[in-house]
Amino acid sequence: MSDKDKKQDTNISRRSFIKGVGTGTVAATVAPAAILVGDEKTAEAQTDQAISKAEIQLNINDTLYEIEVEARTTLLTVLRDGIDTGGKNVDLTGAKLICDRGECGGCTVLVDGKAVYACMMLAMDAQDKQITTVEGIANGDDLHPIQEAFIKHDAMMCGFCTPGFIVSSVALLNENRKPTLAEIKEGLSGNTCRCGTYTFIFDAVETAAEKM
Amino acid sequence: MASWGEASQSRLIGKRIARLSGKEKVTGEAKYTYDINRPGMLYGRILRSEVPHANVTAIDLTDAEEMPGVQAVIPLIEVGRKIRYQGQEIAAVAAETDDIAKDALRAIYVELEELPFVATEADAMAEGAPQVRDWEGNRSNPSKGGQGDIEAGFAEAAVTVEATYHTPVQTHVCLETHGHVVEWTDEQNLTVWASTQAVFGVRNDLARRLELPANQVRVITEHMGGGFGSKFSPGVEGLAAARLSRMTERPVKLMLTRKAEHLVAGNRPSMTQHVKAGATRDGRLIAYDMRGYGTGGTGGGAGFTGPYVYHVPNIRTERTNIAVNAGSQRAMRAPGHPQGAFAMDSLMDELAEQLGMNPLEFRRLNDESEVRQAQYTLGAQEIGWHKRKSVAGSGTGIKKRGMGVGSGQWGGGGGANTQARVNINADGTVEAITGTQDIGTGIRTAIAIIVAEEFGLTTEDIIVKIGDSAPGLPSGGSGGSQTTASVAPVIKTAAAKAKQKLFEHVAPLLQAPVDDLRIGTGTIYVASDRTKTVTWLHATGLLGQETISEGGEWDRELRQGGVAGTQFAEVEVDTQTGHVKILKIVAVQDCGLAINRLTTESQINGGVIMGIGQTLLEERIMDPMTGRMLNANLEDYKVPGTYEIPEIKSIVFDTHRKVTGVGEPPCIPTLGAIANAVYNAIGVRIRELPITPDKVLNALAEKA
Repeated sequence: MSDKDKKQDTNISRRSFIKGVGTGTVAATVAPAAILVGDEKTAEAQTDQAISKAEIQLNINDTLYEIEVEARTTLLTVLRDGIDTGGKNVDLTGAKLICDRGECGGCTVLVDGKAVYACMMLAMDAQDKQITTVEGIANGDDLHPIQEAFIKHDAMMCGFCTPGFIVSSVALLNENRKPTLAEIKEGLSGNTCRCGTYTFIFDAVETAAEKM
Repeated sequence: MASWGEASQSRLIGKRIARLSGKEKVTGEAKYTYDINRPGMLYGRILRSEVPHANVTAIDLTDAEEMPGVQAVIPLIEVGRKIRYQGQEIAAVAAETDDIAKDALRAIYVELEELPFVATEADAMAEGAPQVRDWEGNRSNPSKGGQGDIEAGFAEAAVTVEATYHTPVQTHVCLETHGHVVEWTDEQNLTVWASTQAVFGVRNDLARRLELPANQVRVITEHMGGGFGSKFSPGVEGLAAARLSRMTERPVKLMLTRKAEHLVAGNRPSMTQHVKAGATRDGRLIAYDMRGYGTGGTGGGAGFTGPYVYHVPNIRTERTNIAVNAGSQRAMRAPGHPQGAFAMDSLMDELAEQLGMNPLEFRRLNDESEVRQAQYTLGAQEIGWHKRKSVAGSGTGIKKRGMGVGSGQWGGGGGANTQARVNINADGTVEAITGTQDIGTGIRTAIAIIVAEEFGLTTEDIIVKIGDSAPGLPSGGSGGSQTTASVAPVIKTAAAKAKQKLFEHVAPLLQAPVDDLRIGTGTIYVASDRTKTVTWLHATGLLGQETISEGGEWDRELRQGGVAGTQFAEVEVDTQTGHVKILKIVAVQDCGLAINRLTTESQINGGVIMGIGQTLLEERIMDPMTGRMLNANLEDYKVPGTYEIPEIKSIVFDTHRKVTGVGEPPCIPTLGAIANAVYNAIGVRIRELPITPDKVLNALAEKA
C-alpha cells in the first residue's frame, strides 16, 4: 500500500460513514403504495437541533485562513466555497468536485506533502497541517516542471481533471524522482480523466522527472 | 481559390503547438462554470424521484421553505403528473450553502403512488409488460430499410453467419457535471455561466423559455469540463436556476450531482442486433439481413449503423426503439457508430473465418474507401499484423495474445453557422472573436494558429475571445465534429481581409503596390525588394485612431467532410482470471488538414480511450426489481483509468489540405478491433459488451 492510500484510508472512515447514511435511505423509499421522498422528522431534526459550528485555522498555500466550519464540512468545501471570518471567499477552485466520494482524484491536494482527496477529508482534520493546492504548486510566475511538461505534451483536453493530476504527479515525483511507466500508472491510478489524455500525461511525468 | 497554402510554407499550421489555455489549466486558474463564485451567490439543488414510475399525489414545500438559510423552494412537477424515470425532477431549492440546500431537499414532503415499471429491454418486451408510453408492447414502429434482393443474395452466398451482438447503455460521464450559475443583472437581463457545448444554443433556448429577447441573455463558457454530446441545452436545471435566481434576486449556482449526471444527463442508447450475413466463396459480402433494437429510455433515438463501412449489395434492415423507465438518451460521441461498428467488425471476422480468409484481406475485398485501403497497410505494419496467429486461440500458456482490426467513418465537414471578427489594433494587438466554445478539443488554439500564421505572429500574440454570446457573433454548437471545419474557414477569411486592410495602410510607406506586400515573421515586406520592410508594430501604428475589424465567410473550399479510420489492437487475455489487457492500439485516423497536430493527436488518443471504456468497462446497470440504476457513481460505473491504458500509436493520416473535424471518429473502430483481438487470442467470441472477466471465463468454460 502506498503512502497515498494509507493517508486516504485514515480519512475515509468518518466521511464515508456520513455519506453512507445518505445512500442507506435507498431501500427505505421503496415502500409499497405511498412513498415519502422527504421526511418531516428529518426536517425538524435539522431545524430544531442547532448545528454546532467551530472556528478553525487552516494553513493553505502558506496563508492562514480563519474559517467557521461544521463537523461535516470537508476540506474541499472550504477550498471551493469557504468564506473566511473576514468575509472573503477562499476561492481556491483549482481542486474540483467531480465524484464527491473519493473515486476520481479531481480534488487532490497535498497535506503535509502527501496526496489526499480533499472531498474525503473533514476540514477539522486539516488543522495544524500544511495544505498545498494546485494554486500553490508554481513558484509565483515560475511554473513547476510538471506544469511545464503538461503544457508541452498537451496532457490535458477539457482540463477539468488536470489540477488533480498535477498535484498527484507532484506527490509522485516527490517520492520517486525517476518513476518507471508502471510506477507512473500506479502513482496516478487514483485520478480519472474522461477526455482520455492519459498517454500524454505519462509522457509529461517522464519529461518532468528528467528535468527535476 | 481560397486555400491553406502549401505545407512547406506553413510556419504554424500543421505543427505541434501548445494549447493557449495550458497555463490556466495546469495552475488551477482556469474558471469553469462550477468554479464561478459570485458575491451573494446561493447554492441550488434539485430533489429527484428515487422511483422510476409513479403518480405525484402530494408535494409540500413548507418545511423546507422555513428552514434557516433556505431562500427559495420551487416545485418542478405538478401534483397529478407522472414520474417516468428515476432521477426525474420534483423540486428545487436555493440556500445560503450547499449543505443547507442538501438538508432542505430532505425536508420536502412528497407523496408518490408507485406504478409498475420496466427497467430493461427484456422486461419492456415481455408479454403484458407495463406500458411506458404510447407504444404498443413498448416498441416503436419499426423503421425498415434495404436495397437489392436479400433472397437472391443469400442464394449466392457460400458461407453465412448468424449472430446477435449487444452493447449496453453507456453514460457520458462529463467530469464537470451539467449546470449553470445564473445572475440577473436587472429584471430583464441575465448572465448565465453555463457548462455547455453550445453557447448560442443555450442563450436562445433560455431566452425562449423565459420569454425574453435573445440579446438579454448573456451566456459565458470560458472553460467547460467535457460534454461528449450531452451539453447542448440548458435543461430543467438551467431553467430552475434562472427561476430561483429571479425569485431571490441573487446569483444561483446549480450543478448536477454525480448521481444525477448518470441518471438524467443523457446516455448512449443500447443496441441489440440479430444479423444474418453471407459472403461468396471469393470473399465478397453478398447479403446482410438485420433486425435490431435499442433503448433510449422513455423516448426514442436508439439508432445505430448497420451494415457499416463495407459494401453489401443486398440488404434488409429493421430497427425498433424500445421504451423503458429510465433517463433519456442524448447524442454521445459519434451517435450510433461505435456500437454499429462493433457488430459489423465482429461479423466481418466471423465471415472471414468461415471463408478461411485473413480478416484484413476480407476487409480489403469489401472496402471501397481508398483511404482506408492505405490505412490498412500502414496500420498492419505498425501493429505487426504478420505476427498474428492465423488460428484463433492457438497460443499456449495461461496468457494468450491476439490481434484484431476495426474500421470507421465520419463526416465533420462543418457548416455555415459561424460569424467571427478579426481586429487589428493600432497598438499591435490582435483579437479574434467568435461565439464558439472550447469543449477541450482546442479550438481556441486553432483560431490563434490561423490568425498568427496569417499575420506572421505567434499564437501568444493573438487574443482569442470565445465562449461568450455578448459580442453577438454566433457560432454553432460543438457537435458532429463540426467545430473546426465551421469556424476555421471564417477565421481564415476574416484574417485575410484584415491583413489586406493593413497592407493598404502600409503600401504608401513602403512605396509599393498592395499586392506586392508579404507577411514575414513579425514584419511586412515588399516581395520584389526585400530590403523594404516594416515591423508589425510600426505597421499597426499607422492605424492611428482606427481599428481594423473584419468579418469572414465560410468558404467551402477551405473545408471538407468525410473521414475514414482504421484501428488495430493487440491484447493479452489471462485465461485464468478472464482479464483482458490491451497491449497496443494503432489508430490511423484520416483528418484532412490538422491545424494543430498536437491537439489532433490528443483527440485521437481520447477517442481510443473512450472506445476502450465502451469495450471493456462501461455499462449502465439497471435493477429490474426497483427500476434504479445500480452504478450511478464513479466507483461502480467504470471508466478507463491509468491501468487500462495501453501503448497508443495515434497516426494523423493527412489526406488533403482542407479542414475536417476529428473529435468523434477515433472512438469508433476501437471496439471491433479489441473484440476481434480477444477472439483471436482465446478462440471464443464475445458478442456482448463490455468484455468483462466473467464473460471471458464463461465463454472459455462453454468452449471447454
